[in-house]
Amino acid sequence: MIETGTLWTVIVVLGLGSFGLRFVFTGLVGDRAMPAWLLRHLRYTAVAILPALVAPQVVWPAATGGDFDTPRAAAAAVTLLVGLITKNVLMAVLSGGSTLYGLLYLLG
Amino acid sequence: MTTSTRKSFYRQGIIDASPFILVIIPFASLFGVLAVEAGLNVVETMAFSIVVIAGAAQFTALQLMQENVPTVIVLISALAVNLRMAMYSASLTPYIGAAPLWQRALCAYLTVDQSYVVGVSKFEAEPEMTVADRVAYFLGAVTPIVPLWYGFTLIGALLGAEIPDSWALDFAIPITFLAMIAPMFRTAAHVVAALVAVVFALLAAGVPYSLGLIIAGIAGMMAGAQTELWLERKAARQ
Repeated sequence: MIETGTLWTVIVVLGLGSFGLRFVFTGLVGDRAMPAWLLRHLRYTAVAILPALVAPQVVWPAATGGDFDTPRAAAAAVTLLVGLITKNVLMAVLSGGSTLYGLLYLLG
Repeated sequence: MTTSTRKSFYRQGIIDASPFILVIIPFASLFGVLAVEAGLNVVETMAFSIVVIAGAAQFTALQLMQENVPTVIVLISALAVNLRMAMYSASLTPYIGAAPLWQRALCAYLTVDQSYVVGVSKFEAEPEMTVADRVAYFLGAVTPIVPLWYGFTLIGALLGAEIPDSWALDFAIPITFLAMIAPMFRTAAHVVAALVAVVFALLAAGVPYSLGLIIAGIAGMMAGAQTELWLERKAARQ
């Protein structure tokens, strides 16, 4: 059982902390110029963080208790491939989703 | 810029973020269900989703609180999961840093994985957008996401029904992120950044407090920046 005091402490401090993390650069740096080397690194934030976030979930999905899962790995590969070729997000999502459900049905 | 074009940037943001509706609905519902199962009432559950507004960090905090982990550790772990938000903030600064403070604060509160990736890919692709256009677009991108996050947290908390495992909704997030990321691989440097980040993410998967993600992200960003420099020097020599 979670105590009410603990819960509200976590909600408030986690809320403030999360806002702080989200605001730290846009808020404090604002429109001041950032050094060229830093900007060069920041250009790759999205293409580095999001694949890094996804990679362990693709290789060791929580839903299978961390075991490699062919439908999920294939769905990830198809999504990426269709996305790279068509540059169409919805098309990539639908292709990946149908691969996942198709293979889960066939192999399940 | 006229008001009507700004409105159209807002509308474009809504359209571009709409594929995420499929993801947000099940995950917000799931948080509502799990929070109520953990003994939170509806007000507490809603406060959690509205104040923190970060799926992964909320699931982490909820899990650890149930295991009676000391509050300080709960907070450190959940904030570490959210550390990537600071990197998103840095990455958005060149684009919206000149906006009025209240708009920057509003965008900061509304920065989640989905709004960040939709926003930054648009800002990169269309460098001629004004700061006001970008803010309008960003607010458009959160419009189909954040209200549904609140709303379906509430529905999950009220209904308390489990989502069947056979729906395989655990994989909705990987698929939508991969779909969003694919069009962003415009140069070899982007590809190198992603590959290095993936390798580091897998190698560092065991690092506690989800810090493996931050290590992988920084490694990928350094690899991308170095590749960019190398390509520039190579082009200059020819």
